[in-house]
Amino acid sequence: MPQEMTFGEALLEAIDEVAEKDPRIVMFNPSFAGEAGHAKLAALRKKYAARIKYPPIAEIGFCGVAIGAAMAGLRPIVDISTATFSYEAIAQIVNEAAIAHSNSGGLTSAPVTFYLKFGIRGGGGVQHSGSPQSWYWNTPGLQVVMPSTPADAKGLMRTVLLKSKDPTIFFGHDRLLDDKGMVPDGAYEIPLGKADVKRAGKDVTIIALSIQVPRALAAAEILAKEGIDAEVIDPRTLQPLDKPALLASVKKTGRVVITDESPDNCGVAAGLAAIIADEGFASLRAPIKRVSIPPVPVPYAVPQEDYVTPLAGRIAEVARALCR
Amino acid sequence: MLPDIPRERQLGILRKMLMIRRAEEHCIRFNEEHTGLLRGHFHVYIGQEATGVSVCDWLNPDDYVFTTHRNHGHVIAKGGDPKKVLAEIIGRATGYCQGRAGTFHVAAPGVGIIHTSAIVGGCLALAGGTAYAAQVKGEKAITVVFFGDGAMEEGVFYETVNIAKLWNLPLIFWMENNYRRAGGRGAGNAALELTNIPKALDVETTVIDGIDVGTVHKTAKSIVERVRGGQGPLFVEARTHLWPGNAFNMPKLIGGVTDIAWAWDAGKAPEKVRDWHKDHDPILNYVRELESAGMSRAELAKIDAEVSKEADAAAQFALNSPLPAAEDAVKYAFAGEGN
Ligand SMILES: Cc1ncc(C[n+]2csc(CCOP(=O)(O)OP(=O)(O)O)c2C)c(N)n1
Ligand SMILES: [Mg+2]
Repeated sequence: MPQEMTFGEALLEAIDEVAEKDPRIVMFNPSFAGEAGHAKLAALRKKYAARIKYPPIAEIGFCGVAIGAAMAGLRPIVDISTATFSYEAIAQIVNEAAIAHSNSGGLTSAPVTFYLKFGIRGGGGVQHSGSPQSWYWNTPGLQVVMPSTPADAKGLMRTVLLKSKDPTIFFGHDRLLDDKGMVPDGAYEIPLGKADVKRAGKDVTIIALSIQVPRALAAAEILAKEGIDAEVIDPRTLQPLDKPALLASVKKTGRVVITDESPDNCGVAAGLAAIIADEGFASLRAPIKRVSIPPVPVPYAVPQEDYVTPLAGRIAEVARALCR
Repeated sequence: MLPDIPRERQLGILRKMLMIRRAEEHCIRFNEEHTGLLRGHFHVYIGQEATGVSVCDWLNPDDYVFTTHRNHGHVIAKGGDPKKVLAEIIGRATGYCQGRAGTFHVAAPGVGIIHTSAIVGGCLALAGGTAYAAQVKGEKAITVVFFGDGAMEEGVFYETVNIAKLWNLPLIFWMENNYRRAGGRGAGNAALELTNIPKALDVETTVIDGIDVGTVHKTAKSIVERVRGGQGPLFVEARTHLWPGNAFNMPKLIGGVTDIAWAWDAGKAPEKVRDWHKDHDPILNYVRELESAGMSRAELAKIDAEVSKEADAAAQFALNSPLPAAEDAVKYAFAGEGN
């Protein structure tokens, strides 16, 4: 029987299922849960106490330790908590974990999973509202996973923990953690690099990941009332990326809006736009449009924070203009 | 003990500490009594007022101070305007940073707090930088960096102490040990005495009771004089006790606002906070000492009433202040032509 659970609970379930069978799974500071998942989190912490460490506030140290442990055969999951704290560790993640496989001519790999709670959470201020997905996507050697639903979160986390041979940055948006959704029964995996059409449509494609998926779906509802039929497609992972699915959708609609909660400059939307321009130009009937964060550190004040957040209204507005 | 200074100056310290307490009680009430004023979480300085205020009592306006996620108290201690602090905490256009920074990052360049980071250890090296700049420019200004025990777990602490010692920087490492790392679990530091870490780099350390104004004030005087005199970086650990309202994700006024009469009638304080106010509250401790030194309860209560009134007005100012314009969100990414 499929079960309703939150995004955080789905992650915990995936971790529990895999850790139960694989003693190589160790965890640093598992928190994942959001508000709703507290009981499940407490149970996980108790069950795996022997395989859990709560490290000091020493991100570059404990991330490096996890990377080294992965190179030596463990499969660590590191909950960095707020994504911006990973900046303290970036030298180890980017300069060491990401390059190990290539640099060793394929002899060494570092299958560590970093979990980052990212995004504009509401009143976090600039240092608790970071969206570094494009930085990590810009780093060859890192897998980048950004699910939007509890079911996808569970299936993708299982895949990463069971099969991944590489370092993975797994993004959970702060505002998604307590969102509920139906999760299929039992063990299942969702392969990396497989997009999912969250809403089929024929007039305009909206490409969205993570928190932008519910926002894009809300935008599609607004547009539907105006007679515009939007398709919402979720790549779910940036690296690897399901290019064929994105290009097929653009081919069908001829118009594309790409939305992501990272800054415009060299952001996720910019990277995806470049691919579509390169490989899907012939399908386009209108310019490719981006809806993301303007290039400014996220301000704290409520109206300004809302202004820079790529909410449904802005997505709908841009898509509408394309269809005129 | 009372600091060995004239009564007026002693009372100035009391007023500052009370102002921090009252302003932060308003901050908590913003969260408890309104919806949507504070969207995120926040931290308060309650219980640590004696250290920030006593240190800043020896600083000049052009001395630099750096603080943390727990910054409200330091900003007021260094001479910041409570109106602008409270306005910043709720993201108003009249706040120190026009509402862009919020509770985590209140900075007040006009009083020497030029940047505030909520990243643990985020300002340690920057403090080395202002100390270095003063040294290069031949200025007398010194830098004090306030940070928590948790920040000593970050590598940047070691790196900065090392640089400061090698370059003989006019920098005070002022660690406020509240025996807590917000949201933390498990062991923090392998060094049981945290002072062993700077000691390993030959930086002199002092450990004091951070609740006693007299002790902190006296220590700060000599440390400030020595660092200003070119005796290089020094390290102080000021020990405080966690205020019970801080034992949650978000601070809570679990005993209501502090009543100054609890100083002489501890039994009146709600049970949940009674022992803390009796033994560990730097403000009530100071009030008791002032009373022993001859001040009447009525005089002390009058000072509190005056400060409270000013804090109430500051809170009203913040609440009545306009929000910044939404479109201005995109301003300020660059000082120059970057836009
Ligand atoms: C680099 C980084 N890691 C983690 C955090 C989350 N965090 C915020 S406050 C805090 C504890 C800090 O402890 P301490 O420095 O002792 O300050 P206190 O809150 O006790 O005053 C932590 C871990 C952070 N803000 N920055
Ligand atoms: Mg602490």
